[in-house]
Amino acid sequence: MKIGTRLAALGGVALAGALSLTACGTDDNGGGNAAASGDCVKSTVNAAGSSAQANAMSEWIKGYQQSCPGSNVNYNPSGSGAGVQAFTGGQVAFAGSDSALKPEEHGPADARCKSGKALDLPMVGGPIALIYNLKGVDNLQLSPKTIASIFAGKIKTWNDPAIAKDNSGAKLPSTPIKPLHRSDDSGTTDNLTKFLLATAPDVWKFPGGKTWPSAAGGQGLKGSDGVSTGVKQGDGTIGYAELSYATNGKLQTAKVQNGSGQFSEISSDTASKAIAGAQVSGQGNDLALTLDYKAKDGYPIVLVTYEIVCEKGLPDEQAKFVKSFLNYTSSQQGQSILSGLGYAPIPDAILTKVQAAVKGLS
Amino acid sequence: MSTLNQASLRGVSAGRKVKDRIVQVLVYVAFLLAVIPLLSVLWTVVSKGAKRFDPDFFTHSLNGIGANDAGGGAYHAIIGTVEQVALASVIAIPIGVLTAVYLVEYGRDSRLAKLVSFFVDVMTGLPSIVAGLFILAFWLLLLGFSYSGFAGAMALSILMMPTVVRAAEEMLKLVPNDLREASYALGVPRWRTICFVILPTAFTGIITGIMLAIARVMGETAPLLLTVFVTSAINNNPFQGPQMALPLFIFDQAQRPNDVAINRAWAAALTLIVIIMLLNLVARVIARLRKPVSR
Amino acid sequence: MTSETLEQGATGSLGERGRRLSTGRLGDRLFGISARGSGILLLLIIAAIAVFLIAKAVPALKADKANFLTSQEWNPDAAQPRFGVLQLAWGTLLSSFMALILATPVAIGIALFIAYYSPRRLASGLGYVVDLLAAVPSVVYGLWGLQFFVPKMASVANFLHDHLGWIPLFGGDNVGGQSILTAAIVLAIMILPIISSISREVFLQVPRANIEAALALGATRWEVIRMAVLPFGRSGMVSAAMLGLGRALGETIAVAMVLSTAGGISLRILKPGGNTFAANIANTFGMAGNLGRGALIASGLVLFVITLLVNMLARAIVARRKEFV
Repeated sequence: MKIGTRLAALGGVALAGALSLTACGTDDNGGGNAAASGDCVKSTVNAAGSSAQANAMSEWIKGYQQSCPGSNVNYNPSGSGAGVQAFTGGQVAFAGSDSALKPEEHGPADARCKSGKALDLPMVGGPIALIYNLKGVDNLQLSPKTIASIFAGKIKTWNDPAIAKDNSGAKLPSTPIKPLHRSDDSGTTDNLTKFLLATAPDVWKFPGGKTWPSAAGGQGLKGSDGVSTGVKQGDGTIGYAELSYATNGKLQTAKVQNGSGQFSEISSDTASKAIAGAQVSGQGNDLALTLDYKAKDGYPIVLVTYEIVCEKGLPDEQAKFVKSFLNYTSSQQGQSILSGLGYAPIPDAILTKVQAAVKGLS
Repeated sequence: MSTLNQASLRGVSAGRKVKDRIVQVLVYVAFLLAVIPLLSVLWTVVSKGAKRFDPDFFTHSLNGIGANDAGGGAYHAIIGTVEQVALASVIAIPIGVLTAVYLVEYGRDSRLAKLVSFFVDVMTGLPSIVAGLFILAFWLLLLGFSYSGFAGAMALSILMMPTVVRAAEEMLKLVPNDLREASYALGVPRWRTICFVILPTAFTGIITGIMLAIARVMGETAPLLLTVFVTSAINNNPFQGPQMALPLFIFDQAQRPNDVAINRAWAAALTLIVIIMLLNLVARVIARLRKPVSR
Repeated sequence: MTSETLEQGATGSLGERGRRLSTGRLGDRLFGISARGSGILLLLIIAAIAVFLIAKAVPALKADKANFLTSQEWNPDAAQPRFGVLQLAWGTLLSSFMALILATPVAIGIALFIAYYSPRRLASGLGYVVDLLAAVPSVVYGLWGLQFFVPKMASVANFLHDHLGWIPLFGGDNVGGQSILTAAIVLAIMILPIISSISREVFLQVPRANIEAALALGATRWEVIRMAVLPFGRSGMVSAAMLGLGRALGETIAVAMVLSTAGGISLRILKPGGNTFAANIANTFGMAGNLGRGALIASGLVLFVITLLVNMLARAIVARRKEFV
C-alpha cells in the first residue's frame, strides 16, 4: 500500500522526532537536590478541583519537593465540581473544593473512602476583591447595600448618592457603571452572592449560588482572568476576582464595610480576621465552615477552599503521602507562603483543628 | 490555472467583462478578509509568545515551579501533545480513510453506507468535551484504566474521524471513473486499484483533510482535562499515568494571575502553532514529491 | 457478498454493471472487509456515544422540574432542579448560522482565489497561509477575541446601533462587544480554513476538459467558474460547509470566552447575552454536581440531534439540486 507506507513514513517521522525529543528534557528546575529530610513520603498522587487554589498548590508542591525530592502532586485545576466528581469516582487521592461537600455529595464520597469517611479540611482562605476602573477615584469605599445595588443594576452612575454617601468628600464622575461578573460558575460568585444575600437582603433579591443570576444583569466574562481583563479595558467598570488577580493586573480595589460599620481594606490579614469568625459546622474531624459574612472584624467577602480527603480507606501508599503533604500545607510554614500569593492563611483557632484532623488520617 | 488567462477574454461584451471584473474583485476581497484576522491573531501570538520562546522553555518541564517563579518550560507538554496526537492519528486515520473508501468504492447506495455517511456528519457536531466524557465513562470508569495519554488519544481520535472521513470521501468521489475503469480493464485487482490508483490520485486532498483534523485536535483542551489529566513533570510513557499537553498547559497557565505564567501560555500557543505548521509543511512536501498526476 | 453497486461517478459512468464487494481474491476480500469493518466500527462508536449520552441524561431529565425543551432556565443543581435548552438551542443555532453565512462566501472566494486567480506559483503558499488559521488553537482565538477583538467590536456595535438601530436586529439598549455577533464572527474565522481548504481541493480536481470546453466557447473566467467549476464542486462545497457548521455548533472555549452569556432569547445580535450548548458546558461543567453533569450531557444530546437535523436538511437540499445539474 503506497499510501499506507507514506502515511507510515509520516507517522514514523513524527514518532522518531518524539523519541529523540524524549532524551533531552529535564524536570530539574533548580529546586535543589537536598536529601529527603523530615516528614517525607516519596510518591506521586493525582488531585483535582478548585482553580482558586491552583497557585497555592504550585507553591506547596515546590515547597514539599524541596524537603522531599522526587515526590509530586498532579493537581488538575478543573473546577470544584469536577474535583469532587473525580474524588468520588476514585480517580484522585484528594480534591480541592470552594465549598464543603453538600449532604447529597457526602454519601457517595464516604462510599469512595470505603472504611472511613470523607472530610472537608479548610486549607486556603482568600479575600474576593471588588476591582474597579474609574478615572480619578482612588479610595472607593462601598457598603454591602451599595454593592448589592450596583450589581443588581439599581445604581446606574458612579455619582449616585448612595456611592457618594459611602465616600464622603470624594469627587465622583457621572460615568455609567458597568458591572462585570463571571460567566462561568465559580466559588467567587458563590461567596459574593451569599455575602450580598446575608448583608443586603432587601436589595439583593436573587439567590446566592455559583451561577450568576442572569436577572441581575451586567456583563459576564469567563474566569477571574477574563473579569480582570474586562475591568482593565473599560472605564466605569466594576467586577470581582481573587486578590491575586487585582494585584497582578494592578487594579484598584474597593474597601468594603464590615459588620461593625468600618470600611476594611482588602488584604491577607484582614481576610484571615474575617474567616476567624466562621463556625465549624461539620461533625467530628469534618471541618466544614459556616462563614460569617457580617464579621465584625476584617474584610468580609472571603472564600475558603477545602481539601476533601478520606479519613481512612485510601490505598496505603497514597494515604501516607496525602497525610504527609497535608501535614506540610497545614503547618505554619505551609500557611506562611499564602499571604505572598494573595491568599489568606487559615486563622489559628481553625488551623489547630485542621492539623489535628490531618494527624488522624490513615 | 494558467489556462484561464486574459487572452480568452478578447471579444467579449462589456457586460460580461464587467461581471467578470466584479467577481475578480470580490474574490480578491475575500482573500484579504481572511488574511486580516490571520495576521492579527498571528501577530498577537508571536509578539506575546516571543518573550518566553527560549531554549529553557523547550528543555524544561514545569516541575517545582512555584506560583510566582519565572522560568520553567513546556517540554513535558510538547512531548505529551506529540505522543497523544500521533496515537490519535494512528487510530483515526486508517479507520477514517478506510471508511471513506468503503463509502465511495464499495457501498455508495447500500443502506449501511448511507447510515455511516449520515452519522459521520452528525459526529462532526459532537462537542469535544462529550468525547472526553465518553472516554472517561467508558475507559476510566467502566473498564477501570487510569489517566493516560492513550485515553486522551482515544478521545481525540473520535474528534478526528469525521473530518478525515468527510474530506477523504469528497476527494475520492472526485477521482475520475476513467482511472478506475482503465485499471480494472488491465485486470488489476480491486484493492490494488484502490491503493495504487485511486488513493494516490486523491492523496493531496486526503492529506489536507488529515492535516485539518490534526490541527483541530491538537488545540483541544476539554477532552484531555478529563482523560489525560495534568502533570507538571515529564512523563514519556503515553500508556501509563497522567501526561501534559500544550492546550492544557495554555489553559492552565493563561488563567493564572501572574504575568510569568501568562507569558508561558503565549509561548506555548506559539509552539503549538509552529508544530502544526511544520507538520503541515512536511505533509505538503511529501504530497508534492509523490504527486502522481501532474496538474 | 452482497451486490452493492457503485454509484455512478460524478463525471463518468460505470454503466449498469454491478460491482461486487469482493472478486473472490484474498486481497480483495480482506480489503473489502476491512473497509466495511471500519464503517461499521465508526457506527458502533457513534452508537456507543449515543447510548452513553442517553444513559447519563435520563436521570437528570427525570429530576427536571421544568420543561426540558421549552424552559430557558439552567439551574440543575438547585434543590428543585429546573433546566431547559430552548435558550441554548437558540443561541447555538443563531451564532452558528451567522458564522456559516459570513464564512461560506468568503471561504469559497478564497478557494477560488487560490485555485484560479492567484499566480500559479503562489497558490500553494497562499493555501498554506489560510490553513494556518486552522492551526490556531481555539483557546488562542478566545484570548485574542477577548483582548483584541471585543474592544474593537464594541465600537462597531455602537456604530451599527447608532445608525441602523431602527432595524430590530441592531436594536436594544446596552450594546457592546461581547455579543452574539462577535461570537459569530470569531466562529466564522475559525471555520474559514475548513471550508476553504476542502473547497480548494475540490476546485483543483475539476477536470481540465470541462474548463477547456467552457473556454473554447469563449467564456470569461467568471463564466468558466460558474459553468464548469461551481456545479462540479457543489457537493464538495456543501460538505465543506457542513463540516464548518459542525465545528461551529460544537465550538466551546472560544465562544465561552468571547460571549457574555446571559439568559433570554433575542434577535438583537449586538447585545451581550445569549448562550450556546458548548459554551454552557464549558462554563458550568467544572463546578457542576452530579445532576448538573447529567443535565449538561442531556444538552449535549440535544446538540447531537440538532446536528442530525441540520445535516438531514443539507442532504435533502443537495439531493434536490442534483436533479437540475
